[in-house]
Amino acid sequence: MASQHKILLVDDDEQVLELYQTLLKSLPSQPEVLVSNSGARAIALLDSEPFSLLVTDLRMPKMDGLQVLAIVRRKYPNLRTIVLSSVLDAEYRSRAYALGVDMFWQKASSGEEFKLFQDCIESLLGKEVQAEGGFRGMQSKSLVDLIQLECLSQSSAVLHISQGAVSGRIWVQNGQIIDAATASFTGEEAFKEILSWKSGNFEIKPAEPDHARMITQSYQGLLLDSAQALDEWRGQQTSAETPASAEAGAPAPANSALAPLARFEGVQFLLTLPADEKAPLESWGLENAQEVAAWARATEKRLKELGDKIGAGGLAHVMGLGLQRHWALSGNEQKGSLCVGFRATLPKDKVEQTMKHIFTKWAS
Amino acid sequence: MGVLNKKSHGAELRRLPTGSFTVDAEGEVVSSTVPQWVPEATVRLIGQSVVSVLQGARKANVACSEMVAQYGSFKITAREMRGGAIIFLSPKAPQWVSPT
Repeated sequence: MASQHKILLVDDDEQVLELYQTLLKSLPSQPEVLVSNSGARAIALLDSEPFSLLVTDLRMPKMDGLQVLAIVRRKYPNLRTIVLSSVLDAEYRSRAYALGVDMFWQKASSGEEFKLFQDCIESLLGKEVQAEGGFRGMQSKSLVDLIQLECLSQSSAVLHISQGAVSGRIWVQNGQIIDAATASFTGEEAFKEILSWKSGNFEIKPAEPDHARMITQSYQGLLLDSAQALDEWRGQQTSAETPASAEAGAPAPANSALAPLARFEGVQFLLTLPADEKAPLESWGLENAQEVAAWARATEKRLKELGDKIGAGGLAHVMGLGLQRHWALSGNEQKGSLCVGFRATLPKDKVEQTMKHIFTKWAS
Repeated sequence: MGVLNKKSHGAELRRLPTGSFTVDAEGEVVSSTVPQWVPEATVRLIGQSVVSVLQGARKANVACSEMVAQYGSFKITAREMRGGAIIFLSPKAPQWVSPT
């Protein structure tokens, strides 16, 4: 381990802080353990120095654990978080998981439980968090590594891969990729789409020996083709991001990163709002891009603040259904936000589903 | 060790609001079925935020008659009503959909 791990422990009960601080300090990795008796102080500490792990109670006066987690998820999306609470209500457990916590622990009441808690923390600290992506559960490996591993070991399995709201499957039979599927594609196209996802979660499920073979190419050839297609697409994206074509509000040229997104069913306009507000906007099919951008930014800010205040979790998306057209707005901290206009005849659930796919593709 | 599972003070976790209410064009609450334990200020804040989004959308030429704000564990659905809106609040547990 190159550097010492740093854990921030948050609880309003001094006795609990003292006990768990001693427990965590005695872990084999000997992490540095800082404590905070309030949510506000915890946020201030997180702002001032980097931590590997946050362990927080839920029930605290003034700023409760859910509020702390909501802020942490937005400001430090890569920070690992654990809830340590005596609250057993399933609603709070669900809300904590919706805020992306890694584990939800009931406060230990026996020596055995303390030991289990210590083991889990030690195991969690052992996993490095990669800022540049990676798949949860195997974060130092890319999806290509994972597929190669399965194929080289002549395995038979079904890989379930998910990124945000979208997911896909890759069927591996005796070390060969025989099929892939996403919501939009099947076969090689689906495989390429899955490979374009930078991060996500994966699960290895038992093989389905009766699944029909739809991909006949060798896995090496498939990986090479996919890597080439990805390189070409990234090249197009880079050229579209040059200052000459990225003029504020200018319509996207045919080779723009937005052009492929416009091919989704019912799309009327696209507008990107970079995380850096001074960076130029990019739009497609929109005349009043600056005006819509100002409204979209204000809307997102207001609804995020509202979510933080009531402890509703992160804002996943906002959707509007109008007589002229529908729209949807979704964002993440790293890339910024995407506002998409849809034709008014598109059903509500279709708007929601299509937005998820467009956003995932754009964010990838 | 059981003492660690008991809080010495009355700090309680807030539940997410549930129910529906109507607001006028200024975001003031007109009628409500939201339980009494939900602070009035919270209901007003939600109402004003929704009205502000709907009015902003109209000004930006992306007017909508229905708006849905989906959070990790909460959903706000609003339908425009003569300048005001009827707003539905639904706490929602996260759902994982298995791939088809």
